[in-house]
Amino acid sequence: MPEGQFKEGIVGGRLAAEQYADNFSDLHPPLDHHEALVESDRCYFCYDAPCMNACPTSIDIPLFIRQISTGNPIGSAKTIFDQNILGGMCARVCPTETLCEEVCVREVAEGKPVQIGRLQRYATDVAMAENKQFYPRPEPTGKTVAVVGAGPAGLAAAHRLARHGHDVTILEARPKAGGLNEYGIAAYKSVDNFAQAEVDYVTAIGGIDIQNGKALGRDYQLSDLIRNYDAVFLGMGLGGVNALRADGEDAAGVTNAVEFIAELRQASDLSGLPVGRRVVVIGGGMTAIDAAVQSKLLGAEEVTICYRRGQEHMNASGFEQDLAAANGVTIRHWLQPKRVIAEAGKVSGIELEYTALKGDKLAGTGETLTLVADQVFKAIGQSFVPAALNGSGTSIELEAGRIKVDAEGRTSLAKVWAGGDCIFGGDDLTVSAVAQGRDAAESINRSLTQG
Amino acid sequence: MADLHNNFVGIKSPNPFWLASAPPTDKAYNVIRAFKAGWGGVVWKTLGEEGPPVVNVNGPRYGAIWGADRRLLGLNNIELITDRDLQVNLREIKQVKKDWPDRAIVVSLMVPCVEESWKAILPVVEETEADGIELNFGCPHGMSERGMGAAVGQVPEYIEMVVRWCKQNTRMPVITKLTPNITDVRKPARAALAGGTDAVSLINTINSITGVDLDSFAPQPTIDGKGSHGGYCGPAVKPIAMNMVAEIARDPETHGLPISGIGGITTWRDAAEFMALGAGNVQVCTAAMTYGFKIVQEMIAGLENWMDEKGHRSLDDIVGRATPNVTDWQYLNLNYVAKARIDQDACIKCGRCHIACEDTSHQAITNMVNGVRHFEVIEAECVGCNLCVNVCPVDNCITMEPLAAGAMDQRTGKPVSPIYANWTTHPNNPMAKVAAE
Repeated sequence: MPEGQFKEGIVGGRLAAEQYADNFSDLHPPLDHHEALVESDRCYFCYDAPCMNACPTSIDIPLFIRQISTGNPIGSAKTIFDQNILGGMCARVCPTETLCEEVCVREVAEGKPVQIGRLQRYATDVAMAENKQFYPRPEPTGKTVAVVGAGPAGLAAAHRLARHGHDVTILEARPKAGGLNEYGIAAYKSVDNFAQAEVDYVTAIGGIDIQNGKALGRDYQLSDLIRNYDAVFLGMGLGGVNALRADGEDAAGVTNAVEFIAELRQASDLSGLPVGRRVVVIGGGMTAIDAAVQSKLLGAEEVTICYRRGQEHMNASGFEQDLAAANGVTIRHWLQPKRVIAEAGKVSGIELEYTALKGDKLAGTGETLTLVADQVFKAIGQSFVPAALNGSGTSIELEAGRIKVDAEGRTSLAKVWAGGDCIFGGDDLTVSAVAQGRDAAESINRSLTQG
Repeated sequence: MADLHNNFVGIKSPNPFWLASAPPTDKAYNVIRAFKAGWGGVVWKTLGEEGPPVVNVNGPRYGAIWGADRRLLGLNNIELITDRDLQVNLREIKQVKKDWPDRAIVVSLMVPCVEESWKAILPVVEETEADGIELNFGCPHGMSERGMGAAVGQVPEYIEMVVRWCKQNTRMPVITKLTPNITDVRKPARAALAGGTDAVSLINTINSITGVDLDSFAPQPTIDGKGSHGGYCGPAVKPIAMNMVAEIARDPETHGLPISGIGGITTWRDAAEFMALGAGNVQVCTAAMTYGFKIVQEMIAGLENWMDEKGHRSLDDIVGRATPNVTDWQYLNLNYVAKARIDQDACIKCGRCHIACEDTSHQAITNMVNGVRHFEVIEAECVGCNLCVNVCPVDNCITMEPLAAGAMDQRTGKPVSPIYANWTTHPNNPMAKVAAE
C-alpha cells in the first residue's frame, strides 16, 4: 500500500501513480458492435413508448434502437440529435435509471431494462467519430442572438438557432465551453475530454461564436445584449453554493463540492490533487455522490456522506447510491451539520446533530455525533445569483429565487429568453437544460421570423 | 419409463433420432462420434456412382439467416453429394455397421437415371450390410443440373420408375427422400408408393438465397462474385416441412405410408410434433451442425420426460396422433367463437397488441382507459384472429378464450351456436350443398 494512504490532512499522492488512471476510467464502457446488436434486439419497439415519454427531450427511443439493430447507427444518431444535439453527453450522464430506463417495459417485466443510455452512446459515438454533420447551415438570416453561458442549455439553444440561420454569440464566463458538462461531472462519467469534443461537434454547424472569459454583470450588462442583439438567451446556470449554516464553516478544509469536482475535471495530473484522509460530505444529491466517490478514488481512507433526511428522500438515484457504496463510501442519514471543529484554523472534525421528522417538519433531536475529518465538502445545493442581472434597466422577474419563464422559455423582459438551471421549475438535469434551450430557440426563431 | 426404441420399416434403432444425409454423416469419423453421443441412426451422406467423385466449390458452401444474439434460424448450403471415393465410403460403412450393430445405418444414393447405374450400385451397398437405402431425389443444387436429385424428385413418373428399379434389385428397405421444391408434395409421394417404396422421408432442402451483399451486389454465399441458389434448412423451414408431412399422412392414397420426418428439428418438442403429425421417426442435420452432436441427449431426455408425464409408453402411442386433426379449411367449425383476453397482471404495457390490432387488424384493443395507459380487448370488435397473441412478448399474457355455447358474441350480437357448421353448408357459399329434400 502506498504511503500516501496514511498522510494526515489534505494532500495529494495518496495512491500509486498507475492507480489513478484505473480509478478514473470510464464508468460505463461503451458497447461494442455485437453487444449493441444484442442489446438493441431486446427493445420491444413499444407503441407510444414509455421511455420516450419519460425523456425530457422526447427522443424517439424505439426508433433509434431499431435503427441500431438494423445496422444503421448513423440514422440512429440522427434520430437522437434531431431531439437532443447533446445526445452524446446525455447518454453518459443522464440518470437513465430514473428516466427512460425506469419506465422501460422490460424493467417492469423483469427488472432489467434495455440499456437505452449505452445504446444512445453507441449510436452517437459512431456519428461523432465520423464527424457526421446532419444539419446544414442555411443562408444566414442576418438576425443575431446572444446566448449567456456555454452549458447544455446555451449550446442546445445556439445549435438550434444556427440551424435556423441566425448568427449566435455565446458569452461564457469560464475559460472553456461546456458548462457543467465540462466542470460539473464526475471524471469517470465523461472521459477522454468528451465535453470539448462535443462542443466542437455542436459548433461545427457554423454561425456560432463562443467568447470565453465574458461574465455577465462584470464584462457586460444584460441591457447591452438587449440593445445589440435581436434576442437574448440566458443559460448561465447557478453561480452560488448554499451555506452549511454550521458554526466554523470558514475553517480551512471546508470546500464546495462543485469546486472540487471542477478542479478534478481540469486536473492534468490526478496524483497531484489533494484530498483528505477522512472526508465528510454534507448533502444527498448527485453532487454529494460525485464528490464522495471521487474522494475515495483519489485515495481518501474514510469517506462519509451525511444527509439530513432519510434514504428515501435522497436526490441521488438508487444507482448512484449503490455506486457510492460499491466504492466504499458510507452514507449516513438523519444527520445535519452543527459545528465544524477546527484546530489551528484547519478542520479536524465535524459535529452533527441527529434529526427526525416531527409531523412534516425536520428538526434536530438534540443528540449529536462527532466525526473525525480533515476535509468537509458542502454539497447541499446551488443557488441562482441574480446580482449579475441587476443594475441594467428593468429587472427580470424571479420566482423562488430563479428566473421566471413561460412555457416557451420567455422571461418577463421582451427579447429575453432563459433555460437550464437558472430558471424556475426545472429539475437541474443536463437533459432538461437541453430541452429548454432547444425549445426557447424555437420560440426565438418564431419571434424573429414573424417579426 | 417410456420406451424410445424405434422400428422404422424394419430398421431398428434405440431411439427415433437419426442424423440426416448431409455433411455430418460424410465419413466414419463423424458417424462414430455421433453414435458415441447417442444418435439412434444415421443416413450416410449420399454416394454417387463408381468413378471420379464430384468436386465441391472451394469457397463458402453455407449461408445463413440469424435471429436475436445471432442465433442461427436458417441455413443454406450448396455442398454436393460425397466427394470421397465410393470404395472408401463403402469400406467405412461396413466397418461402422459392424462395430455399432444396434444403430441404424441407411445409405443415401444418387446415380444417373438409368437402370444400369442403379443395378450397379445396389449390390455393393447391400454388401456393407447397411440397414437400408434412401433415394436422394431432393438435392436442389448442382446435382439437379445433371439430371439427378431434385430433377428426378420433381417428376413423379421418374420417381416411380427409379423406386421400382431399386425394389426389383435389392432386398434392402427403400426410403424415398422427397423435394419440397414442388407444388403438391402428395404427387411424388403417391408416385413413390406406386413404385413400391417402403417409406418416404421429407423434406429435403428448399431453393433459397439467404442474402445479398449490398456492396458487391452478389447473392450469398458468394463464390468469386457469383452465387447459386442453395438448399434451405434449419428452424425456419420446420413449418413448411410439417405441413408436407401432414399432407402425405392424411392423403387417403398414401395414408399409412411410413414417413421419416425432416426439416428444422432442433429439440425434442420439434421431434414430437413431427411424429404426432405422422412421422415414424425424425432426421436432424442443421441443429447438429449448429451445436454439435450432444444435442441428441436433450432430445432423448426431453422426449422421454414428456412421454412419461403424459403416460405414452412407446412411440406408437404418439405417431400420427395429430394427423386426424389436420383438415381442410372448409371443414373448420364456423360456429366456434374465441375472444382474446389480456391478463392485466402479466401485461407489461408495451402496447404492441394495440398497435398491431389498430394499424393492421380490427381496432379491438384499447391503449388508454380513463386517461391511463391500459390495453384491453374490446369484445364487440374482436374477431378472435390471434394476432395480438402472436405479437405479445410475454408468454401467456394474451390468451384466446372460446365462448361457451349460448354465450353472447358481442361482435355479432348473436348467441354462440352449439352446432358444428362449416363453409360447405354456409348460406354465403354459392356452392353450398343443399340438404336433400
